[in-house]
Amino acid sequence: MFAIDPLLESVDGSAVLIVLLKVVVAFAALMIAVMAMVWFERKVVARMQNRLGPNVAGPFGILQTLADGVKLFFKEDLLPREADRPVFRLAPYLSLVPAFLVFVVVPLGGDFSNDRHGVVSWFGKETLVQVADPHIGILFVLAMSSMAVYGVMLAGWSSGSKYPLLGSVRAAAQMISYEAALGLSLLAVLLNSGSLSTNEIVSGQSGWNWNLWATGVVPFIVFFIAATAELNRPPFDLVEAEQELVGGFHTEYSSLRFALFFLAEFMNTITMSAVIVTLFLGGPNGPSFGPGWLQAILPTVWFLAKLLVFLFVFVWLRGTLPRLRYDQLMDLGWKLLIPLALGWFLLLAAFKIGQDEGWNRAVVGVVGTVVILLGALLISMAVGTARARRAAVEVEA
Amino acid sequence: MSSASDFLREYLTVLILGGVGAALVGLLLGASHLLRPARRQPGKSLTYESGVDPVGTGWTQSQIRYYVFALLFVMFDVEAVFIFPWATRLEAYGGFGLVEMGIFVFILLLGLVYAWRKGVLKWV
Repeated sequence: MFAIDPLLESVDGSAVLIVLLKVVVAFAALMIAVMAMVWFERKVVARMQNRLGPNVAGPFGILQTLADGVKLFFKEDLLPREADRPVFRLAPYLSLVPAFLVFVVVPLGGDFSNDRHGVVSWFGKETLVQVADPHIGILFVLAMSSMAVYGVMLAGWSSGSKYPLLGSVRAAAQMISYEAALGLSLLAVLLNSGSLSTNEIVSGQSGWNWNLWATGVVPFIVFFIAATAELNRPPFDLVEAEQELVGGFHTEYSSLRFALFFLAEFMNTITMSAVIVTLFLGGPNGPSFGPGWLQAILPTVWFLAKLLVFLFVFVWLRGTLPRLRYDQLMDLGWKLLIPLALGWFLLLAAFKIGQDEGWNRAVVGVVGTVVILLGALLISMAVGTARARRAAVEVEA
Repeated sequence: MSSASDFLREYLTVLILGGVGAALVGLLLGASHLLRPARRQPGKSLTYESGVDPVGTGWTQSQIRYYVFALLFVMFDVEAVFIFPWATRLEAYGGFGLVEMGIFVFILLLGLVYAWRKGVLKWV
């Protein structure tokens, strides 16, 4: 088990060089992935809406993102007179840097079968195909996705304008609401892996023992919905709702500062998909075959293939579902996802402890289900009586 | 090797990447600042309000409702602080831990049910 990057155990020149190389490669890969993702989303959504999408810049319009970027780079940057200038300038940093940092803990390749923990040897040195592997990997992901709230919140607030303010308070309420569901659904994964390190979580899923079915699909669904809301992607894009808020928190941003928010948004989509793959679909785990060089790159290929599936699903959701109303959004988060994630987690914990202590599985299942159903009944009764009482008061008045 | 330096080294690469990210953003903004035109006009720095002149100030108050959700979130975040360590070391406490945690979650859910009953989660 490698708590820290094995390269850093003894610091010498070439080791530092490899770490720096990893940082640069990860950074470049992420930037290219974001460019490709913007093109991919526009192209796929266009086909779903029976349009052609970008097709002028480069083959299949693949250079469209670059063209747009260059255009935004040369545009005049406007600062509204009423804006709080320092905060207005700070917000793009707060939005973009956490988006980079989540990517650090995602294992991108390496052989995880037979307890090899994804250690590969490059230039005669053993290392991991991930930029860093802190003990608290998953908590780090949660922390960084909380930081993203600051970027959106401060951007909207500092604009000194009405639409962005509305967008940002909505964003704050929505993102922290679903953050709770995100954390609670993640607990099921921790039960299986017994560790917060992403490397350990992926190691625990080797040999088709993916968390997707090992935790019984429900945590995955809750996590996926919560992640979509956390990303402010359709159908949860009330934060930017073009039709009512003219862009939400970034209405007042123009030129490159707007481009940075745009970049951060797509970067978050990619990193969140990567996190879902890591947590539930075994990361780089997959069948291995062929000659040596093929075996070396196959884990990365599997990882990218799984990633692509999620990126497509995110675009597919955007092309299919209409936006939720605000009360529906809050109902879904607080009244369905959170109790569901909590109940499922307790049930799984009961099963796991039952296994350790040698209890009868059937008894654990029946007792657990009865207890949880009883709890749900109590909650619905409590809420029902309160609602009836309120209705009665309203009738009298 | 002291444990403090171990702990710091775990985050060394994270810190490097964070630094690279922030530096790149700064560099981009700086380069763009040198290259892009800047022709200031009073009309350009007006707050956007769908094309008409803004009415009143943009520094307004927003609804208290949003604030209640922030409070509720704190409740669940505190909960996570206790549940995360337990979930990773499940076998250490066995059945006793399960009952304890069941009671803990029940008490926390009471908070959510209270807010629900008061109609805080309703959005009208």
